[in-house]
Amino acid sequence: MRIISDSYVMFKRSMKISLRNPDAIAMAIIVPAFVMWLFGTVFGNITDVGYDNYINFIVPGIILQAVCQATTAAAITVNNDINKGIIDRFRSMPISKSAVLIGHVLASVARNTLTAAIIIGVAFIIGFRPEAFVADWLLIAAILILFMLAITWLAVICGLVAKTPESAGSMMGPLFILPFLSSGFAPTETMTGAVRWFAENQPMTPIINSTRALMLNTPTENALPLSLIWSVGIIIIAFAVAVQVYKRKLA
Amino acid sequence: MENIISVKSLEKSFKKHQVLKGVSFEIKKGSIFALLGSNGAGKTTAVRILSTLSKPDGGKATICGHDVVRHPHQVRECISLTGQYAAVDEVLTGRENLKLIASLKHLPNATQKADEMLKAFRLEDAANKQASTYSGGMRRRLDIAMSLMGNPQIIFLDEPTTGLDPQNRIAMWDMVKELAENGTTVFLTTQYLEEAEYLADHIAILHEGKITAEGTPDDLKTLLPRGGVQLTFNRTAEAKAAAELLNEYPVTFDQENPKTIDVTTDGCAAQFANVLTILTNANINISQFTQKQPTLEDVFLTIIGEKEAQ
Repeated sequence: MRIISDSYVMFKRSMKISLRNPDAIAMAIIVPAFVMWLFGTVFGNITDVGYDNYINFIVPGIILQAVCQATTAAAITVNNDINKGIIDRFRSMPISKSAVLIGHVLASVARNTLTAAIIIGVAFIIGFRPEAFVADWLLIAAILILFMLAITWLAVICGLVAKTPESAGSMMGPLFILPFLSSGFAPTETMTGAVRWFAENQPMTPIINSTRALMLNTPTENALPLSLIWSVGIIIIAFAVAVQVYKRKLA
Repeated sequence: MENIISVKSLEKSFKKHQVLKGVSFEIKKGSIFALLGSNGAGKTTAVRILSTLSKPDGGKATICGHDVVRHPHQVRECISLTGQYAAVDEVLTGRENLKLIASLKHLPNATQKADEMLKAFRLEDAANKQASTYSGGMRRRLDIAMSLMGNPQIIFLDEPTTGLDPQNRIAMWDMVKELAENGTTVFLTTQYLEEAEYLADHIAILHEGKITAEGTPDDLKTLLPRGGVQLTFNRTAEAKAAAELLNEYPVTFDQENPKTIDVTTDGCAAQFANVLTILTNANINISQFTQKQPTLEDVFLTIIGEKEAQ
């Protein structure tokens, strides 16, 4: 299959680009590790959310927030490619058209996975005590990877429509806020009015709740199917939009 | 020889602006074809259509026997594009850029092929440096080396010498000649008349979306305005005397400077020598002597003038 081998070549290219970009590395590794430590230790001591251990509570929220922020790198690299001559070279070659986008998406998911692993590692060091078994961890990985794919395809759209790499990055801004207006850092029951309604109904909440429940071995209830519906739905829509924008942009 | 590219009545508009107004030409296999035109003439639009990046509004273009609109994939198998702006990945090194193209083209021995190209394009010393550190000339060489990976039958070079210093420009000319000697068909666009004349087997002049003239450089020379000399004297009286002595050539007085005359010749040395001899024998001192080359603008004016006269 041409698309698979082309996408793999493009994935390797995107990974090389990531590894040479100090900003992307900082966003993927250093910042999330620091934020996890900060929330776990400094804020953890002053926050009482009814859990014995605030670190156990916030790990999923920290992961989602870090993933949103680190995915900015995907928007920027896509924008760089689109606005430079290299995209014309790829398009005039007998290769699969979407391979270059798929390469960026897979590299972004790889970076995000590293980010999540580092957050979980730091959390362990400062007192995270999950009660998940292997099967739970696999399910957690699946939920998070679907979420990463959804966010990355949104980043691809930002990269495609933005005029400059900077504006591609700032278009991702609203996504940084969403995890804070969810069940990620405080239970939604503690919120009031419109904020509570929004927090209870936005996609981040079921993704965070199901991940947390699996980590702490509590019932996932309807959060699990809801999180899958949200992620898969966003992936399908964002992918379709991205491909359309890509085709139109380069007509 | 067979035609490898055949273009018929190609049309393309961007919004209300019609860029190509029915362009037709044929290119023989293994030849160098130059599409000559000033900025905005539609050269890049034509290249983008032929390299499958853009779709025409009307007309037909066939490359290697495949229609560019209906079978773009087959066309891409046989072409390679070097656009106006170097299409290299700046983050990757020269070697990595070449290996990337080799893997995308599924070439065996990607590393070996990349090394061969690095050597051929004098990039060995910079092979492991990121392309962002390259000079303009090096970037252009890497760009073309990438295009040549896998020996495409046709290579498109969109203004390959624009922005290059004279030394790199001559190196580029040598390379284009060499490509054609090895059997590659070269489609080149340029704004420079002398570049097209020096390189191309066949030239088409694109002006305001139409081919206004085409043929071999020799064919076109008969159409072109002739060369001449511009002479400036110390006194207006001398200029008048010189004009009378040189009445066997068309002479015009410069509108801004009455001490200056333009003498039209066939551009050959014998006529220049004759002009100078006549003036020297009459003891008229020339204070300034400039040889005048026909510019692309002169060419357009001449060709358009002739068309209107017909």
